[in-house]
Amino acid sequence: MQYKSQAVAKPYFIAAIGLFVGQILFGLIMGLQYVVGDFLFPEIPFNIARMVHTNLLIVWLLFGFMGAAYYMIPEETETELFSPKLALALFWIFLIAGALTIVGYLALPYATLAKLTGNDLLETMGREFLEQPLITKVGIVIVALGFLFNITMTMLKGRKTSISLVLLVGLWGLAIFFLFSFYNPHNLVKDKFYWWWVVHLWVEGVWELILGALLAFVLIKVTGVDREVIEKWLYVIITLALVTGIIGTGHHYYWIGTPQYWQWWGSIFSALEPLPFFAMTVFAFNMVNRRRREHPNKAAVLWALGTGVMAFLGAGVWGFLHTLAPVNYYTHGSQITAAHGHMAFYGAYVMVVLTIISYAMPILRGRAANPEKAQVLEMWSFWLMTIAMVFITLFLTAAGILQVWLQRVSDTPMSFMATQDQISLFFWMREWAGVVFLVGLVIYLLSFFVKGDSRAANA
Amino acid sequence: MENVRLPLPTASPPASTAPTAPRLAGDLAIWFFILAELLAFGVFFAAYAFTRANHLELFDAEQQALNRSAGVINTVLLLTASYFVVRAVQAAERAASAQSARWLLAAIGCGLGFVGVKLAEYSAAFEHGISLSSSPFHMFYLSLTFFHFMHVILGLVILVALWNGARQGRYHHGDMNGMETGAAYWHMVDLVWLILFPLVYVIH
Repeated sequence: MQYKSQAVAKPYFIAAIGLFVGQILFGLIMGLQYVVGDFLFPEIPFNIARMVHTNLLIVWLLFGFMGAAYYMIPEETETELFSPKLALALFWIFLIAGALTIVGYLALPYATLAKLTGNDLLETMGREFLEQPLITKVGIVIVALGFLFNITMTMLKGRKTSISLVLLVGLWGLAIFFLFSFYNPHNLVKDKFYWWWVVHLWVEGVWELILGALLAFVLIKVTGVDREVIEKWLYVIITLALVTGIIGTGHHYYWIGTPQYWQWWGSIFSALEPLPFFAMTVFAFNMVNRRRREHPNKAAVLWALGTGVMAFLGAGVWGFLHTLAPVNYYTHGSQITAAHGHMAFYGAYVMVVLTIISYAMPILRGRAANPEKAQVLEMWSFWLMTIAMVFITLFLTAAGILQVWLQRVSDTPMSFMATQDQISLFFWMREWAGVVFLVGLVIYLLSFFVKGDSRAANA
Repeated sequence: MENVRLPLPTASPPASTAPTAPRLAGDLAIWFFILAELLAFGVFFAAYAFTRANHLELFDAEQQALNRSAGVINTVLLLTASYFVVRAVQAAERAASAQSARWLLAAIGCGLGFVGVKLAEYSAAFEHGISLSSSPFHMFYLSLTFFHFMHVILGLVILVALWNGARQGRYHHGDMNGMETGAAYWHMVDLVWLILFPLVYVIH
């Protein structure tokens, strides 16, 4: 560890992994509820399990991004963090607020939670993924502002690199677009229109800058390839990502009451969204092939390469599958969307956070890389989780195709619930793939506790 | 930064080691970007052709109402700008930086002329009530030309950066990567217009 203040990243990473475990457990609960509808009812109804599953994902990724920034920025700017104390204080505020929110979801009826937390002052609750009570949302904004202040001040006093600039723009964008979660117009078209400014412009916009910056940082460290080369690729990738991603928002505007030209704009630009992900894969493999050093942390290299491939498949290919308006007319909101959502989030964001954790955590624990045995275990967890996710995606895709056929294309269309019965076999198989994912995750956790000869402490 | 070539197999060796071997002008990264741009326009053109085939009469009628003279003037302006950019690259190669900067300034002038003509065309179109929702043809006319218009603006920003670099004498034989990279982008903007203009304004 080159700078003492990088140590604040450690609690962020630990919290991220802890919440990741929670996310997967709730995923398994709701996965079972797809086929055993009253499982854990009325204690944890499906809608609550789903809310916890998705909210935990977002929150743990945010912990991961913040930890990554606190780790990367001192090294990139070649100066200590502006205020490590602020970073630690915000960590506890965010963790406690997040935990209380989840407890609120689980312990109270949602309407009661809304009443208790002042939703009548400003109605922001009740929208998918943005279910958080008003006070949690305000808390997120305060934490984000404090975090951005800390990171920006550090950058202002230190070296300015392209990677840190891209990361900072991404993080600022993340905070700015979250503000649209406070805008909840009564007009349903406008409601959905701006809802996507948080949801889509996060994951297919500014988050891609964060993803690119994290990947570029780790690749510089593990390959020793010239910074100039890596930064140039980073610029090409983020330009493509922004041009296709921003106008590509139109692929959510096909059927919500917006003008028809969105069908063209959305189809054309979002069809090109795989390009930046493809470039990212080419980039990652190229840099590793041209490496000038053999970094002892093999696991981190594996995660970095995996991110490129899985992001391209999940976000790129599975996104393209149903992005064209004439296709989406049939597939909208089916299990095909769920298939894409699972692999895209795992491939792009889960894997890039696990990449930076894999690279940084050993260094934060005082060694360049983990012992051989620990790395082997970590690589086992990589393959188990990744292959499990491939199967989850394939089973959901099969479920989605069958669903679309039975429910929407057929001459005698079935009702939603009757269709769900017909595709339950795929839901069972998805659940078993989910169990394998959990096994992979447990092995991942165990890899942190394996003792052995660790490599030198200078990474 | 200009000196660095991307380490891909297709990247050319430095001119000094293989002066006669075929060489990729400009940085490989810009060619990746240009291909992505051409793909985006290509998809858009294909969508135009597909829709036109379903609305032949509408497309022909509304195409007649476009200002073709403005289109011709803009074609001449872009071609002239590209010629000036070529002269600027040649001048830089001879290390005639001041000359190179003057050619670039002339190219920027032509580019600004394009922007002016296009803005006049848009304002007339909007006065006639043409909008993205007024017809399928208008949707394509406005979308395609505006998407290209934004590329002209970006191209101009790049030309200004090159002009600035040329004035400081940054480019010369053996260090042409920056100049060629920017020039390649500008020619792409020109090339796209050479397809867009006949497709949207002329062919019926």
